[in-house]
Amino acid sequence: MPPSDLADDPQAVMSADKAAVSRALNLVEDRRPEAHTRVTELLAKLKDAPKAAGGHRVGLTGPPGVGKSTLTSVLARAVRQRGRTLGVVAVDPSSIRSGGSLLGDRARMSFDPADAGLFVRSLATAGEVGGLAYAANSAMRVLAAAFDMVVVETTGVGQSEIDIVHVADTVVLVIQPGSGDVLQFLKAGIMEIPDILVVNKADHEELAKRAVADLRGALQTAHAAGASSGQDASWETPIIATSATKGSGIDELIDALDGHRQHLEATLAARRRQGEVQWTLDLFSRKHGEHGVSTLGGLARLKARAERDLDGGQTPLSLCEHLSREYVAALGKTP
Amino acid sequence: MAEYGKRERDKPWIMRTYSGHSTAAASNELYRTNLAKGQTGLSVAFDLPTQTGYDADDPLARGEVGKVGVPVSHIGDMRALFDGLPLDQMNTSMTINATAVWLLSLYVAAAEDQGVDPSVLRGTTQNDIIKEYLSRGTHIFPPAASMRLITDLISYTVNDVPKWNPINICSYHLQEAGATPTQELAYALVTAIGVLDAVKATGRVPESEFGNVVGRMSFFVNAGIRFVEELCKMRAFVELWDRVTQERYGVTDPKQRRFRYGVQVNSLGLTEQQPENNMIRIVLEMLAVTLSKDARARAIQLPAWNEALGLPRPWDQQWSLRAQQILAYESDLLEYPDLFKGSEVVEAQTQHLVDSAWAEVQEVLKRGGAVEAVESGYIKQKLVESNAARLRAIENGDQIVVGVNKYVESAPSPLTENLDDAILTVDPEVDANQRAALGRWKEERDNAAVEQALAELQRVANTDENMMAASIAAAHAGVTTGEWANTLRQVWGEYRAPTGVAGATVKASGSGASADVIDRLRARLSELETRMGRRAKLLVGKPGLDGHSNGAEQIAIKARDVGFDVVYEGIRVSPEQIVASALEEGVHLIGLSILSGSHLALVPEVAERLRASGLGDVPLVVGGIIPDADAERLRHEGIAAVYTPKDFELDNIMSDLIDLVDRQHAAE
Ligand code: B12
Ligand SMILES: Nc1nc2c(ncn2[C@@H]2O[C@H](COP(=O)(O)OP(=O)(O)OP(=O)(O)O)[C@@H](O)[C@H]2O)c(=O)[nH]1
Ligand SMILES: [Mg+2]
Repeated sequence: MPPSDLADDPQAVMSADKAAVSRALNLVEDRRPEAHTRVTELLAKLKDAPKAAGGHRVGLTGPPGVGKSTLTSVLARAVRQRGRTLGVVAVDPSSIRSGGSLLGDRARMSFDPADAGLFVRSLATAGEVGGLAYAANSAMRVLAAAFDMVVVETTGVGQSEIDIVHVADTVVLVIQPGSGDVLQFLKAGIMEIPDILVVNKADHEELAKRAVADLRGALQTAHAAGASSGQDASWETPIIATSATKGSGIDELIDALDGHRQHLEATLAARRRQGEVQWTLDLFSRKHGEHGVSTLGGLARLKARAERDLDGGQTPLSLCEHLSREYVAALGKTP
Repeated sequence: MAEYGKRERDKPWIMRTYSGHSTAAASNELYRTNLAKGQTGLSVAFDLPTQTGYDADDPLARGEVGKVGVPVSHIGDMRALFDGLPLDQMNTSMTINATAVWLLSLYVAAAEDQGVDPSVLRGTTQNDIIKEYLSRGTHIFPPAASMRLITDLISYTVNDVPKWNPINICSYHLQEAGATPTQELAYALVTAIGVLDAVKATGRVPESEFGNVVGRMSFFVNAGIRFVEELCKMRAFVELWDRVTQERYGVTDPKQRRFRYGVQVNSLGLTEQQPENNMIRIVLEMLAVTLSKDARARAIQLPAWNEALGLPRPWDQQWSLRAQQILAYESDLLEYPDLFKGSEVVEAQTQHLVDSAWAEVQEVLKRGGAVEAVESGYIKQKLVESNAARLRAIENGDQIVVGVNKYVESAPSPLTENLDDAILTVDPEVDANQRAALGRWKEERDNAAVEQALAELQRVANTDENMMAASIAAAHAGVTTGEWANTLRQVWGEYRAPTGVAGATVKASGSGASADVIDRLRARLSELETRMGRRAKLLVGKPGLDGHSNGAEQIAIKARDVGFDVVYEGIRVSPEQIVASALEEGVHLIGLSILSGSHLALVPEVAERLRASGLGDVPLVVGGIIPDADAERLRHEGIAAVYTPKDFELDNIMSDLIDLVDRQHAAE
């Protein structure tokens, strides 16, 4: 089918009509060339949606099985109780062999199907390095135009969740008590310090206390070595113990999220723009490596180019493809 | 040399038939006729609402009331169920788990009403909620709360109903979900260890009496068609349980260390094709649990020849009972001591199973024990993987199943001449009648007493007092099953168990014809992705209270392996939820899996809701236990395809599903 015209109904998306949101998401997932201009147009129209500017984009990441989806589910309930709406993008890996995927996060979430203020979409990584689905950035923007808060769940620790930094206002790293590896990564500065640290599965008070203390120690070591949170020295990463199954610590988590969002108020637009620029560059250099970057004039030039073109309504995806074509064309010229 | 053969015969095992349907009164009548036929114990099958803690008037109970078992909503139903059956003389096995504390309370209360002192009651509550998360799917509460209910029931009966088997640790259901003999042994043992450790941790049983608790543990085991290995498995169980009880719990009395078990033989391997062959499978499987005197079952119930067609009629169950009776009373089996003592072959195979199972027991204990390994999805994933391997072996012919992938030609069978009559059908009126009766019950009881009983129940749930006393009081007060469970839901919450599918890996089909087929399917989906712009996305849904997850799981992972993006949310999802998921996820295709017999209520409801949400064009397919006439009707109502167990070639199903997406895409 040609991407249905109904897909580009920005008004309906902004009013959080579920069918319209779903169709818009279908469109941004559409990889056919003929879909790209329409994606670009749609996103441009959604960009200044009232929800989008004022909303909150949260990236939730952490190792497999720490309870990210369960946590999202209880978080959703609490956010809804506070009268805010929520969109969720849950990203799972695609099988390298078959290209297919098992999108299992939804199975851990329980919600009222009649609730118009909660929307969950699963996305497969479709072979993308870095764990964030092909369309996740765009999907995030669609949901951001429709809902007060958007949560993107991805799996990973260390290098792999880097993508999420580019699309989220607030990066939450979820770990569980006794996660030695993560502590080591943090201490060694291998891992960027997230905006919020959550120790989930802290089902018992004792366990929770110890885990928080361990983490605090690791953060101190990291800070002493000069690391700071999300390139933002003025923010002190809160550490929160939660039990998603018991529902404890959720209010604290929401408070921390709100606190960070408020902290960002002045710099938010710049941070979002910076994230998109970075993502464009990441996408491009992953695809074409050093050679691609230098062929198009080096990192600094590409960066300036990205800043300009993204202002002009391009999305990281469309821009990256644009750059790819230029690179391929340039390759054709060199013998 | 001792003279065998002429000596006194051993006492036969208890013979049961797992039964119950429609109403308490109808089931009571069934039990009486079963006893008259020489059955020596009762085995109660409850309907799904009763098992999952809903009253007949709950929207979630729609289409399920009285279907696969008897509805017991309150003490009035329990009285009717055992009307004229003196409870001090019965040996009653109740397949009840999440609501076991409640059903035992009703049983005790009904006994008290009959003037029977509860201390003389005999029977079994299944009460193994751990395997519900792994296979059987009637859990309600999170694992910690379930473990508390399990231990409450155990510590109550050990003191107050000493002849009761408070728990049946079930490996039966694990094999039905795909477990290998090693897995069956290992996961049953870690469950038993988890339960005993939990009882110990309550501190309610004095050290000196702990042996009594161990002695009351019993097991519910499976026996598959590889009956020699299965026979060895039973012997391995005996040996391993002796080891665990002695080494871990220091039980010195050998009687308390005895591995006591009941059996239902394998049903997963019973086929829809040439169903009469199933009787032969059933008899062979029964040998595995009877031949060894040293590891013989205490109680046996057999499935029926028409297992894969639908619910058995009284005659079908009678045929299976006769198989037991012929073995026990006609043959000379019970005249001999253990037949295999000293057999090198049997001992070696038994030892092999003991060793491999023990290694897996250690693996689970290393992961924190049964509850942890349930919550993390470790065990579930292992089961899903084993089941996938089993299905693949049947599909590519490595495992012969007569009448299915070999020797498929058959003369017309007189048994299945009229297929629609070859199963039991439950009167659709049952649902409405039960609802009406429940309404009357609620009107006629003392509602102030009910309120008070529920308040007390809630109070106790928030403490660590035993739940039994408050539950028995609630039973007497006229509280209903739904009220009991809902009160506790409010305190403990509900739990969705891991599905095991996301991480399940299936070994590549290697090379050869089947690998080629997979490659072709993958290529088709990639090509379709290019044309559609997105990868084909499939929603696998399990509406209703049905817990049969095998089919949905296997379809889900197979679909992923040929290249679908698959959304699977696990069991017990409402039609409304399925449609909401389809809408939000933007799927190209929806597949429902229903084995509990409620397809005629649920499938049209999903279809109707899809239309109402503007998703009427999304193709909808259904799989499960769907009698031909019903399949015809569903197709007539626009269901794109209906699959049943005879469609064992998953590759063909996948090919159909791709066709459906392709055709729909072309039509748009
Ligand atoms: C295994 C089994 C169980 C296991 C289930 C384990 C699990 N996690 O799945 C256990 C032991 C736990 C179990 C329990 C019960 N069972 Co049972 N069980 C079976 C059994 C023997 C096999 C089912 C099975 O797994 N087959 C293997 C899978 C792969 O096949 P399948 O699901 O049929 O799927 C195939 C097709 O149907 C199709 N398909 C299925 N779904 C889908 C979905 C899509 C999208 C597609 C495309 C295709 C498709 O493709 C598959 C490939 O061939 C059947 C009888 C039989 N032989 O079929 C009874 C049966 C289904 N059970 C039955 C009953 C009554 C129960 C209980 C309700 C009994 C009770 N009163 O407590 C309990 C409770 C379960 C619950 N919570 O709902 C009845 C249902 C009666 C009816 N429909 O009228 C049956 C028919 C037995 C009988 N004759 O009485 N059971
Ligand atoms: N005890 C305990 N278990 C939890 C908690 N949160 C989640 N779990 C369990 O952990 C398991 C994994 O939870 P998920 O929510 O699927 O974890 P996830 O991080 O989303 O997993 P992936 O998406 O597969 O990476 C499930 O069995 C949950 O029930 C918690 O706070 N305490
Ligand atoms: Mg998840």
